[in-house]
Amino acid sequence: MQAQLPFYPEQASNFAPSVDSLMTFLILVSVFFSAAITAAIVIFFFKFHRKSKDEIGVPIHGDMRLETAWIVVPAFLSLAMFGWGAVVYVDFRHAPQDTLDIYVIGKQWMWKIQQPNGRREINELHVPVGRDVKLVLASEDVIHDFYVPAFRVKMDVVPGHYNTMWFRPTKSGRYEFFCSQYCGTNHAVMGGWVTVMEPSDYAAWLSGSTGENDNPLVAGEKLFTEKACSTCHLGNGTGRAPSLNGVYGGTVRLADGSTVTADDAYIRESILFSNAKIVAGYQPLMPSFQGQLTEEQIMSLTAYIKSLQSQPVPATGAGVIAPGKK
Amino acid sequence: MSTTPPKPPGYQLPEEHYLNATYGIRSWLLTTDHKRIALLYLASVTFFFFVGGIFATMIRIHLLTPAGYLVTPETYNKLFTMHGVAMIFFFLIPSIPAVLGNFLIPLMIGAKDVAFPKLNLLSWYIYITGGCFVLYSFATGGLDTGWTFYTPLSSVYSNSAVTPAVIGIFINGFSSILTGLNFVVTIHSMRAPGMTWFRLPLFVWAQYATSIIFILGTPVIAITLLLVGLERMFHLGFFNPALGGDPILFQHLFWFYSHPAVYIMILPAMGVISEIIPTFTRKPIFGYAFIAGSSIAIAVIGFLVWAHHMFLTGESTYAALAFSLLSYLVAIPSAVKVFNWTSTLYKGSISYDTPMLYALGFIGLFLIGGLTGLFLACLGLDIHIHDTYFVVAHFHYIMVGGAVMGYVGGLHFWWPKITGKLYPEFLARLAAVILFIGFNLTFFPQFILGYLGMPRRYHNYPPEFQVLNVMSTAGASILALGYLLPMLYLTWSMRYGKVAGPNPWPATGLEWRTPSPPPTENFDVTPEVDWEPYDYKNRRDLGLATPVAPTLAPAHGDD
Repeated sequence: MQAQLPFYPEQASNFAPSVDSLMTFLILVSVFFSAAITAAIVIFFFKFHRKSKDEIGVPIHGDMRLETAWIVVPAFLSLAMFGWGAVVYVDFRHAPQDTLDIYVIGKQWMWKIQQPNGRREINELHVPVGRDVKLVLASEDVIHDFYVPAFRVKMDVVPGHYNTMWFRPTKSGRYEFFCSQYCGTNHAVMGGWVTVMEPSDYAAWLSGSTGENDNPLVAGEKLFTEKACSTCHLGNGTGRAPSLNGVYGGTVRLADGSTVTADDAYIRESILFSNAKIVAGYQPLMPSFQGQLTEEQIMSLTAYIKSLQSQPVPATGAGVIAPGKK
Repeated sequence: MSTTPPKPPGYQLPEEHYLNATYGIRSWLLTTDHKRIALLYLASVTFFFFVGGIFATMIRIHLLTPAGYLVTPETYNKLFTMHGVAMIFFFLIPSIPAVLGNFLIPLMIGAKDVAFPKLNLLSWYIYITGGCFVLYSFATGGLDTGWTFYTPLSSVYSNSAVTPAVIGIFINGFSSILTGLNFVVTIHSMRAPGMTWFRLPLFVWAQYATSIIFILGTPVIAITLLLVGLERMFHLGFFNPALGGDPILFQHLFWFYSHPAVYIMILPAMGVISEIIPTFTRKPIFGYAFIAGSSIAIAVIGFLVWAHHMFLTGESTYAALAFSLLSYLVAIPSAVKVFNWTSTLYKGSISYDTPMLYALGFIGLFLIGGLTGLFLACLGLDIHIHDTYFVVAHFHYIMVGGAVMGYVGGLHFWWPKITGKLYPEFLARLAAVILFIGFNLTFFPQFILGYLGMPRRYHNYPPEFQVLNVMSTAGASILALGYLLPMLYLTWSMRYGKVAGPNPWPATGLEWRTPSPPPTENFDVTPEVDWEPYDYKNRRDLGLATPVAPTLAPAHGDD
């Protein structure tokens, strides 16, 4: 089912062929039913048109076999559409391991994008062909949506939440992206271009301009001191707050006995709603940083905390019970 | 209306009827007659249709060129928002229930009026009050949130007149609730002797299903929009994440009503079609119980599919799977209706009268609207087509191709009953064909635009999308003509049309057993029903030929 119809846009990601195949299947089913019903209407309309002014129709009240057939057949076709669609969607919602993580911040009416090494872009996104790319999406204000038609992917960018989306570009080139969730006055101009490059070109491009200040690690480390995180979260585990060494990606035990995986969303929540999930053995002392950090600063802090993954986890005072894989 | 038109042989207007029983503006504004209230609604929803239609015209003219032709981005955003608010809340939702439902339900079940006539009048005043707030919002700064009012754009960031608009929609909600309540009680308690549930016209079944949604769904949208207003005015943190609120919560609450609201718009239209088809094929509808039951099934399952508008908000994968599956489930009763309507044509005595043209057009357009709904319910495909013009095309096929076609078709069908006059048949057929062509030319290109990746609510667009946009605008101008024609000739016919007589088609329903226009009390004597619905064979009073013997075994226990 690789039939490309004329109105299918260019295919440039791993999802494009699967979405297009699904589309072709649904079009075939729809065309079949539309044609069958239209044909029936047209034939009946002419064949059974009224022949005399006082003619009446043949009283047929129904037919149980037909009713059953047109409940059961559409039900099975629906199940097929549902199942196939679910497979594609579940794949899209679960990013593979080892992705190239790029941070994307939407704000009225621009996209701020930061590459893993800190290189920033505005309304431009550079990605290497053939590599699994994960976008971590955050919004500074209203709901936006990052949409790349040639990749057949989109995801809402919701303030107060992290959403992620992934894709694997399959073809070098320039592809337009759009904001597809209405976000106010300049919604229609909040777009840009994705540049898909050969991996070597991407590497060269990436190293082209990396200012120290642009590096989220550096910025995050600076913030970690400035905002006094470092006074409690001591690396050796002797502070009033758990050590963050090895926390990212690992499992954390909470005061209520449950455990949680320390992903981007957990770290973000712990910074903004510091009392939402208290690590077992610690007091809820940390102030909330809601309203005091921009999304970008939170992302820098997260990048810094992520870098602590490789630091030695102390024997006592560790925030993590099972460090994640690097 | 009481002028003397040219009289066809045998028919003249009854001496006294509901239109000339009393005179003066007071007799209209204080009326408790369901038929007059229906006409009050007819005038007011037509007004809002005009308002929404003018906005739509400006939208289509603006989109003629990629850079935008007519207005600034701010104005464009206001145009599509106000188009949606006027059309959905003040035209589509009240159109068939409050106009045709009000006029017909008591007549169809053999009652003198609805159960609570004063409440019925109050509903109209509430509607007008809500409408005034919304018009005030349009006039003082407009509204630029989208008709969906997504937070925190609507509750924090928008600089337009959001507060009066949400107050207006909040107030208007009570009108829907009271109308729904009135219909449910009327249908339960005021049916004439012999009018059992399975002798009810299918239009009444559809109105019953719609009323359930009115009563159960409307309070949710009302309170949700009130919360938006409170967050705007008093900075209470319901939806604004900066205040600890959750913007996604708004979408759950909004769609919990607004998805069932789609069925509020389409179910009554399906009811109209289920009346027209048996009348113009002169035979019982195929699978009465299945059509009636599917209305109820749609109303019930329709409450369980709302989060299919939210597959890409980051909602849980499991929720998405459940809502996708349930959305496919709700498609089945709709499919059942289409199959039954089509089968009714088989061995009918089919006429080409205007209402029938609308009914057949409805089936075609609803078919496309419904099938493309399957595309959007499909999780994998929705990733690409969500929030594109594909969605815009899909819901216009349902709401305009379905609901409005049903409404206009129903107006034609019952126009002789409402006014006592016939409309000019040739012009009416012409308008139906123009509407069908104009509609398809306007909205079909938008499916393609959507798959190509044009997001909705864009005041400008990449140049490669221009051809399809120009086609769409060209179609819209044909569509506009298609709407203007009926407005003109229907108005004309009120004065100059031929006198219709009590049952011009003829049709089998009780409403056709009383003069046109009916007397204020509807029936001189309470009618007794001893016939099955849409039964032409045993209705010698209709003056039609007795049929040939049926060739297909009738009824496998489902009539």
